[in-house]
Amino acid sequence: MLESTHPLADTAARFVWWLPTLPLIGFLINGALSVYASAKLGPADPSSDHGHEAHGHSANAHHQPHAADAGHDGHDTPIRHRFAAIASVVGPGVMVVAFGLALATFFAMRGVEMHSPYVNTLFSWLPVGALQVDAALQLDGLSMVMVLVITGIGMLIHLFSVGYMQDDPGYPRYFAYLNLFVFFMLLLVLGANYVVTFVGWEGVGLCSYLLIGFWFSEQANADAGKKAFIVNRIGDFGFMVAMFMLFAHLGTLDYTTIAAKADQLPAGGIVVTAICLFLFLGCAGKSAQIPLFVWLPDAMAGPTPVSALIHAATMVTAGVFLVARSSMLFSIAPVASLTVALVGAVTALFAATIGLKQWDIKKVLAYSTVSQLGYMFIGVGVGAYTAGVFHLVTHAFFKALLFLGSGSVIYAMHRAYHATHHHGDDAQDMRNMGGLKKYMPATWALMWIATLAIAGVPPFSGFFSKDEILGAAFARAHGSTLADATLLGLPGSTVLYIVWVLGLASALLTAIYMTRMMLYTFHGPNRTGAANTPHLAEAPWIMTGPLVVLGVLSLVGGWLNLPAVITDLMPIGPSGTLEHWLEPVVGEATARVAGTGTHLSASTEEVLIGFAVAIAIAGIVIAKMRLKPEVLVSKSASLPSNGIQRVLEHKWFVDEAYDATLVKPTYAISKSVLWTGIDVGLIDTLLVNGSAALTRFLGWMGGQLQSGRVGTYAWMLVLGALLLLRAFARAS
Amino acid sequence: MENEFYPLFYQFNFYLFGLIALVSAIVFVTRKSPVAAALWLVMVMFALAALYVMLGAEFVGMMQILVYAGAIMVVFLFVVMLLNLGHPSELNDIRGKWGRVAAGLVGLALVAELLALGRSSVNTNLVLPAAPAGDIAQGTAGIIGPIAGPLFKEYLLAFELTSVLLLVAIIGAVVLAKKRSAVAVDTETPHAR
Amino acid sequence: MLAESLTLSAALFTIGVIGVLTRRNAIIVFMCVELMLNAVNLSFVALSRLYGATGQVFVIFVMTVAAAEAAVGLAIIISIFRHKKSVNLQDINILRG
Repeated sequence: MLESTHPLADTAARFVWWLPTLPLIGFLINGALSVYASAKLGPADPSSDHGHEAHGHSANAHHQPHAADAGHDGHDTPIRHRFAAIASVVGPGVMVVAFGLALATFFAMRGVEMHSPYVNTLFSWLPVGALQVDAALQLDGLSMVMVLVITGIGMLIHLFSVGYMQDDPGYPRYFAYLNLFVFFMLLLVLGANYVVTFVGWEGVGLCSYLLIGFWFSEQANADAGKKAFIVNRIGDFGFMVAMFMLFAHLGTLDYTTIAAKADQLPAGGIVVTAICLFLFLGCAGKSAQIPLFVWLPDAMAGPTPVSALIHAATMVTAGVFLVARSSMLFSIAPVASLTVALVGAVTALFAATIGLKQWDIKKVLAYSTVSQLGYMFIGVGVGAYTAGVFHLVTHAFFKALLFLGSGSVIYAMHRAYHATHHHGDDAQDMRNMGGLKKYMPATWALMWIATLAIAGVPPFSGFFSKDEILGAAFARAHGSTLADATLLGLPGSTVLYIVWVLGLASALLTAIYMTRMMLYTFHGPNRTGAANTPHLAEAPWIMTGPLVVLGVLSLVGGWLNLPAVITDLMPIGPSGTLEHWLEPVVGEATARVAGTGTHLSASTEEVLIGFAVAIAIAGIVIAKMRLKPEVLVSKSASLPSNGIQRVLEHKWFVDEAYDATLVKPTYAISKSVLWTGIDVGLIDTLLVNGSAALTRFLGWMGGQLQSGRVGTYAWMLVLGALLLLRAFARAS
Repeated sequence: MENEFYPLFYQFNFYLFGLIALVSAIVFVTRKSPVAAALWLVMVMFALAALYVMLGAEFVGMMQILVYAGAIMVVFLFVVMLLNLGHPSELNDIRGKWGRVAAGLVGLALVAELLALGRSSVNTNLVLPAAPAGDIAQGTAGIIGPIAGPLFKEYLLAFELTSVLLLVAIIGAVVLAKKRSAVAVDTETPHAR
Repeated sequence: MLAESLTLSAALFTIGVIGVLTRRNAIIVFMCVELMLNAVNLSFVALSRLYGATGQVFVIFVMTVAAAEAAVGLAIIISIFRHKKSVNLQDINILRG
């Protein structure tokens, strides 16, 4: 529909372009503040010694000694940035306004029948030959959901950061990057074509790099940022190839046009499967699936609010969003969809196993994120796009809560260590925590809400979303276009059953490791040290406030999409709200995948739900019974593990494997072939020096003309005469 | 091959003097001593003079011996002895092996081209008349007449100019070869060798 | 006889050229040049049998010019010898650019 005749055209929706612009303005102001401050006032932003996590929290959870912190003891009174007050207003302020605008747009959309997306074309961007790409923003159910999540949770995290980063010398720079990230993320979800989405895609990768390496003066943090960016880039290559193929076969990159033209591609054919697989490669990079997940745990080197926003709620969900956005393509490529689901399931289980044995609280959450992203991909992979998006939303709630809660914990630990000048211990290691329930009751309660949500215990939000995904996987295994396809020789239904089983196993492990985390952190005896415990306290209200909001959302978030099975039994609310909301966007694709005869009977669904709940509770019980926080010792006193525990703790040695098979050979080839052979040998020696030598030779030859030697002259004379004679002989 | 125009005796002599000229030239080029080389060149000139006479250019033949062999080569020998260059130098002044090879190749190319030229523009099937053409054929002007006629009629200007040329050459030679007086200092700036 | 004369002329000319290229003694090079002139004279004379007395007139001119040239050239060689004490062509490179 043309934007002029769309029912949303006269509402607040026409200001949709303000949604990304507001954070962009925030970025510009905060960035200007930061640059001005560092230029005029000197290097007040070495950004390493004053951050809470700056003390060398490298990717391997090693605690590096403070080699450069000679004067560390002298900073009992941290210095706030000169422009901290302005940044505190501008940074979260633009997010509040953006959230308000998003709400206004949401209510406008609620009052309108959205048969087709509302596309706001700003200008014609790339009219190149047969390709027409506009700078256009698209509002429909899916983008609205994402916008609300991004601006809402983003706003909460901005407010949290005001407290968390208050003593950081890079305060305005932090908010500048954070605002820039929100700008790009909004471009990503609001884009009306793949190109605008790709701009946002790359932009969030850039901001991820900037924010992970925020305290870049520590080598480990800078390395983590680089790793994230490089691994993302591999995925971006996949995205680009998919775009090229789309243009080559369909001639357009707009979502609406592609949806209309999608039936031109033969369903299940090699072209659409290839496009979808390349898109999924991009998603694997951005959303940390196998084999490109290795950057996410390292990304915990950044500030905790960054981990909450980027690596829990928004950026990593971009991959899921992309698959949902491309549902019209994935629904006609069953092989690709099966691949997505299978990779998601394997990743979910793989990451869950690693999470069982991590000691750094943020690493546990990082692997938990990877695992939950795997769940989301199971959802969108089996064609239950609504379920995947639903889990995206609920996961944003409870994972952000978990990260921010852990941020409060770490904040308290750091405060305690600073107050007693106790350095050299890792404030993030659970072996140094324990029994914090006594000191931080609000955080304890909120994090338990989040833990129950992620484990899938009713009536918390995670239960509904997880169950819907697993139910969809089971249902599709019984009959759908996916079940009829084959992947790697296995029939689709078998693959889907495997996916379902892996999902259940991951659910069990999730419950176990999350309970483990809570046990070691908040329960049991305290291992922080008697000198430090008096300084452990709850975080300031600016940090706890957003936690409360997220706690409420984690509690009631499930009502977004109650399954009909439950509402039939107990009329606790409307069923399938989100599904109806997303119907115009993904409904057709979902139906296409589901095919015929996939409705499970109510009793089967009830059994499945019961089974899931039982698994969740079983996991919690197992963890409570098997894990004894009393026998833990603090990190400095603990022994290195061995056997399977060591393998899990070292994340199945994936990084080491990549290093040996990919990184080192690339270095070797670059050094010996590309550098020595081509750069030095070919270009330097042959071309550069060679052309100089050639010029010198030509000059020498010219110089011989004037050598003054008669013999040479005689030679030249004779040769010239020979040539002339030859000419005469030919001519006659 | 007995030719009705050229009796065998004639041909034999022609080839004989031609061979003498050729061999003398080769020997001339390979002598180390300038005096020996000059004398071999004189030999070449004598042979050529004989050829001129046999070709019907008797005056030219006489001129060859009088002027070329008798005057020019004598001047050469004067200079050689004046500069005391008669002894073969210790260092051979013939170029090295590669120089000689290259020169040989160039020479082969040159002679090939010249012969090709000779064949193309001159019809060698044309038989030379036994008697010379023109005035010589008529035999009315004698030997010198046919040369003197064009020399003083058509080519008078060139003739006069050559006399001027000779004058200039004499003056030039005298000036160049004159010993400098003690006052004139050698102001030539030394160049590195 | 014309063909033989021309062939001999070409051969003598080439020998002269080889001599100029091979020898380094200035006087010998000069004499090779004289040899080349003689070869050309032979050509002229041989062709004058065909085309009339003009060829022989030319030979007279060539001889005259050769005489003049020999005089001047040898004077130059004497002059150079006074400075360089050598007539080796490798040593005479004052005109180097």
